[in-house]
Amino acid sequence: MKQITILSGKGGTGKTTITASFAALSENAVFADCDVDASNLHLLLNPEVQETIEFKGLKQAVIDPARCTRCGLCRELCRFNAIDEGYRVDPIHCEGCKVCVANCPVGAIDFVDRICGYAYISKTRYGLMSHARLTPGMENSGKLVALVRQNAQRLAEENGCELVLVDGPPGIGCPVISSLSNVDYSLVVVEPTLSGVHDLERVLGLLRHFEIEPLVCVNKYDLNLENTERITALCSENGLVVAGSVPFDPAVTQAMVHGQPVVEYRPMSPASVAITEMFDDTRKLLGV
Amino acid sequence: MQIVVASGKGGTGKTSVAVNLALSGGVDQVLDCDVEEPNVHILMKPSGVESQPVELLVPRINEDKCTYCGRCAEFCQYNALFVAGETALVFPELCHSCGGCKLVCPEGAIEEIPRAIGEILRGKHRDVELVYGRLSIGEPLAVPIISKVKEQAKEDGVVVIDAPPGSACPVVEAVHGSDFCLLVTEPTPFGLHDLKVAVEVVKQLNVPMGVVVNFAGIGDAKVYEFCEEEGLPVLLEIPFDRRIAELYSRGIPFTQEMAEWKPRFQKLLYEVERLAK
Repeated sequence: MKQITILSGKGGTGKTTITASFAALSENAVFADCDVDASNLHLLLNPEVQETIEFKGLKQAVIDPARCTRCGLCRELCRFNAIDEGYRVDPIHCEGCKVCVANCPVGAIDFVDRICGYAYISKTRYGLMSHARLTPGMENSGKLVALVRQNAQRLAEENGCELVLVDGPPGIGCPVISSLSNVDYSLVVVEPTLSGVHDLERVLGLLRHFEIEPLVCVNKYDLNLENTERITALCSENGLVVAGSVPFDPAVTQAMVHGQPVVEYRPMSPASVAITEMFDDTRKLLGV
Repeated sequence: MQIVVASGKGGTGKTSVAVNLALSGGVDQVLDCDVEEPNVHILMKPSGVESQPVELLVPRINEDKCTYCGRCAEFCQYNALFVAGETALVFPELCHSCGGCKLVCPEGAIEEIPRAIGEILRGKHRDVELVYGRLSIGEPLAVPIISKVKEQAKEDGVVVIDAPPGSACPVVEAVHGSDFCLLVTEPTPFGLHDLKVAVEVVKQLNVPMGVVVNFAGIGDAKVYEFCEEEGLPVLLEIPFDRRIAELYSRGIPFTQEMAEWKPRFQKLLYEVERLAK
């Protein structure tokens, strides 16, 4: 089994468009949507949920006003300024560190579970899918990403699937790091803008840090040919493979409005042709 | 007054809206809180940039005093400590710097040392100050850097905050305490889905909000229907225009080349100030 994570650094460069099309083109794969706080893959793959799993993040401190003597020690020790003057814990700022719970001299603080979201196992018309929804505003998206990854790997093993396609989150922080553990390759989708190039460099640094082989895809490459050339040069200087260049194509948005991957909605449109070619090359490279 | 620009979905044009708003007059400072992938400086090109590290206190175990009782590892909610046999290890990237291990150690064997996880940078574009954070590569925790950037907010004056994408803790940190939130979206199913999630977060934080529709003309009308149902004012529409996209790709805020847009952003600021009260 091989695993590939589609990343971008900068958001909105086309990760999900590419992942959904790869899903439609694949024959024996499992799909994992690791953008758990702004997930979109389900809008194109239309999953039918088979199993829902409660996700508990870090626990949270709750002060019982009946037992609290307002001595002030918890407020002094909390480094996240999560306890207000009225001795209430602000769930937004509480990071579940347990310091107040363990140090309260009268044992007035409880440490309670909190449901931070749900993970799902689903069926789609292309294969099985592992995805999740973080409750808006919650912490620990990295831990939920790890759960989505575990579920996807288990599904692939149980069903003899040879490929796990992971749709990654934007950025370079904890959910991204979590979406990269144990993957064989990462396909980085970049747009030919100065911001795109800047963010690409940071993602490539992250992949180098974790020793993961990058592939690069330039999306909407024809929007700025000069920047596309810059990206190509950057890749060849660093010995990186440019897996494909996808042209700007209004069919991509039309496909999204119809809730379909573009390769299914308009298989012969310019973007679809480029994505299909890139998928074939990527598959050969992965040996699946 | 603090105006935060957020979106849910990435790539809808948060940074473009924040910078064009800031450069159209009436704004004193911009804070780039997308510390994983900061982009404001690419458009604003600040001069005289100075950097300052952001440090977190992490434990260091004094092996002479440590008896390997394992209480620190048992206490740590983030699995940042590991004790087995005669070995005690710290995984500093996982540490949230709560200080709990030091408090729980019966031998006084843990001290805390500062460790850099990123930096904040400060510069100027004409009269507008820019403060931006940058998380170091390989570090997972963006929130401490975001809160450091927000500490630099000018007390009086108009401050524009560029938030990170998504709806998790970094967004909460960026939006929390602002006077108004501008949600930038695109009129597509992805844009709408993530706008709904962002609205839920902003509601929890009790920040009044309005919507900017970017790339207007692509996709469908469902975003407008949602805004109407929710009573969210659409304060500005920016059409999908190849010229705007092309200027952005070169790192140029479009109000600098398309002067007719400046008064529209001035009006946006006026509307925001009116609604924030």
